[in-house]
Amino acid sequence: MAANDRGATDIAIVGFAQSQSVRDAAPSEVQLLVPVVADAITAAGIERSDIGFTCAGSCDYLTGGPFAFVSNLEAAGAWPPISESHVEADGAWAMYEAWMRLQEGDIDVALAFGSGKSSPSNPAEVWAQQLDPYYLAPLGVDPVSLAGIQAQALIDAGKATERDFATVVADSRRNAKSNPNAQLSGDYDVDALLAEPYYRRPLRKHDVPPISDAAVAVIMARGDKARELCERPAWIRGMDHRIEAHQPGLRDITSSASTTLAARKAGYDGGPLDVVELSSTFSPQEIILKNAIGLGAGVNVNPSGGPLAANPIMAVGLIRIVEAASRIIDGTANRALAHATSGPLLQQNLVCLLEGE
Amino acid sequence: MNERCAIVGVGQTHFKKRRDDVSIAGLLREAIDRALADAELTLRDIDAVVIGKAPDAFEGIVMPEIFLADAVGATNKPLLRVHTAGSVGGSTLVVGAHHVITGIHGTVLTVAWEKQSEGNAQWGLAGGRSGGIGAGGAFAPWMRAYIQQSGAPDYIGWMVAVKDRRNAAKNPYAHLKMPDITLEKVKESPMLWDPIRFHESCPSSDGACAAIVTNEEGAKRAPRPPAWIHGLSVRSELGQFPGRNPVRPQAGVECAHDVYRQAGITDPRSQIDMAELYVPFSWYEPMWLEGHDIAGPGEGWKMVDTGETDLGGAFPVNPSGGVLSTNAIGASGMVRFAEAAQQVRGLAGEHQVDGVRTALAQAYGGAAQYFAMGVLRNTPPE
Repeated sequence: MAANDRGATDIAIVGFAQSQSVRDAAPSEVQLLVPVVADAITAAGIERSDIGFTCAGSCDYLTGGPFAFVSNLEAAGAWPPISESHVEADGAWAMYEAWMRLQEGDIDVALAFGSGKSSPSNPAEVWAQQLDPYYLAPLGVDPVSLAGIQAQALIDAGKATERDFATVVADSRRNAKSNPNAQLSGDYDVDALLAEPYYRRPLRKHDVPPISDAAVAVIMARGDKARELCERPAWIRGMDHRIEAHQPGLRDITSSASTTLAARKAGYDGGPLDVVELSSTFSPQEIILKNAIGLGAGVNVNPSGGPLAANPIMAVGLIRIVEAASRIIDGTANRALAHATSGPLLQQNLVCLLEGE
Repeated sequence: MNERCAIVGVGQTHFKKRRDDVSIAGLLREAIDRALADAELTLRDIDAVVIGKAPDAFEGIVMPEIFLADAVGATNKPLLRVHTAGSVGGSTLVVGAHHVITGIHGTVLTVAWEKQSEGNAQWGLAGGRSGGIGAGGAFAPWMRAYIQQSGAPDYIGWMVAVKDRRNAAKNPYAHLKMPDITLEKVKESPMLWDPIRFHESCPSSDGACAAIVTNEEGAKRAPRPPAWIHGLSVRSELGQFPGRNPVRPQAGVECAHDVYRQAGITDPRSQIDMAELYVPFSWYEPMWLEGHDIAGPGEGWKMVDTGETDLGGAFPVNPSGGVLSTNAIGASGMVRFAEAAQQVRGLAGEHQVDGVRTALAQAYGGAAQYFAMGVLRNTPPE
């Protein structure tokens, strides 16, 4: 039974904040988070003491130290003690846990945040260590090379061309021009992009996301509390996440079965969407995800620019949800879908369906 | 309307210093398969998986649940990874239970693990590259402060060590089994972090623990008695700030009071029949007895001294041998819940306490700043 069959439809995003994504932020991760959490609380018009549950998402390995996430408690302001948990995952999964906790009905407001600084390390080296240590990591494959294999498979299957990839990039950077938090933006000619040299054939450098540092926070509230706090809350109609087998050889990497399943379980019925925000980390993945969800041509995908314009790992998925929610709250959209991903080649996927009243 | 929720399957690995007979996936499956067998379920009956472990640097794999997805049976299901330092095994069970309580899912597999022999846990506990002082070094001054504040005699720590090591000898899954341990041997063991001697410290273990949490329908179908969840709570506080009381952290006090309230407990010492408390160093037994208001101020060590916390005592603590005898860090919090569950189910075997109806499970982590607690009973909530 999908979560939205129960009381879940009564929970909404009522406030949020994010830091600008930058290549190398001088502040530490917790220093990035402190103003972001404070701003989200202000945006929602609540007091810190109104928060009944907090959930954080981050990755120790990005900071390079065990228990690195403990420092982020400072941003939550954990005194007096708070009811709090942490996921070793993107903030979107922290939001999932907090959304679930809200459904128990004994609290009205929850905070979720995600944060990560990719700048202190080489992400291609860090994320290579996420691969199966017995059968995959010893091959020396890194995530960017895996993405190249996925892109080639997509071409070989006749599902996309290099021109399609370049078009995704040009769209992303053009959209990012209106996003003050994006890192890469501007007007790019598809033919000029295609004239660039290969980075991991058939991928070019612009098909690969930038290295980014950022933090994001979201405040959710239940029922009347949400209506009281926000003129036009972004109601969470459903949220679901699914994982697939790890080994790329065990799945069809030109599609994303777990995204299809998560979208269905989140309650997406194929109806019209005003905004879609996808964690398409590499340009070919936007094509895969659109097909997996069943989005037609003309759907407004990644008006923020998406991960190709700013990719703060551990925040980037929750930023997708925030970007979608912001357009509902400001009245420019009424139905939106946001997506987050984890693991190599879209192994794990989360879908969140949002609506205005 | 929230769902009633129960633990219907429990599985642990045999814990050892080095489980090089199995891969990480194999280690997890050992615990999972035992939990499934206990519940007479298969992976097909599982709706979602929640997995917990302490820092990834312990094994050197970034978010290892990603590669473990197939092995833990999570394919095409939700898989959520929890990390709340040493309390994580407890938090993982709590998060798993929230899936069921909300009705989002009917039956959830929770599993928590650590394979510390893959890396250097002492290095990891000391903050890795940042070169801190490690868990023993961090907790020693607070244990010393407890001794000073409470006036407890030195031998209390030795007594806890002797009790837990003897209890562990009755537990087939425990790591350190020392049935012949004596106060003298503990006293004569080398000093590690004053006041903690070698035999008063936990070992570094490889192992996993799994627990299957299900709703009322699932509990009715269960072949063995369910352990009903009557209260669950988590609390966190900052690890360092002026005015903090690290001997009796406020987060631990509030977490305990929250689960007592949920379970209708007003006098924990008389209304709870046994407890599995996270005691990685001997002195933490009396400290948590007081820190969770089971004993009054300065009274916790007296419960140890009079034998009240022994296996046959009025308030047995850690009949499994506890963290002191077995510590695969990520798993340890869940082992507390699993052992408490086995006690209320009457399935604890040789270390079963007679007539347990209400059990308390507790895990803590970080600088004694993360808490996860639960109250389990052999009867469903009203």
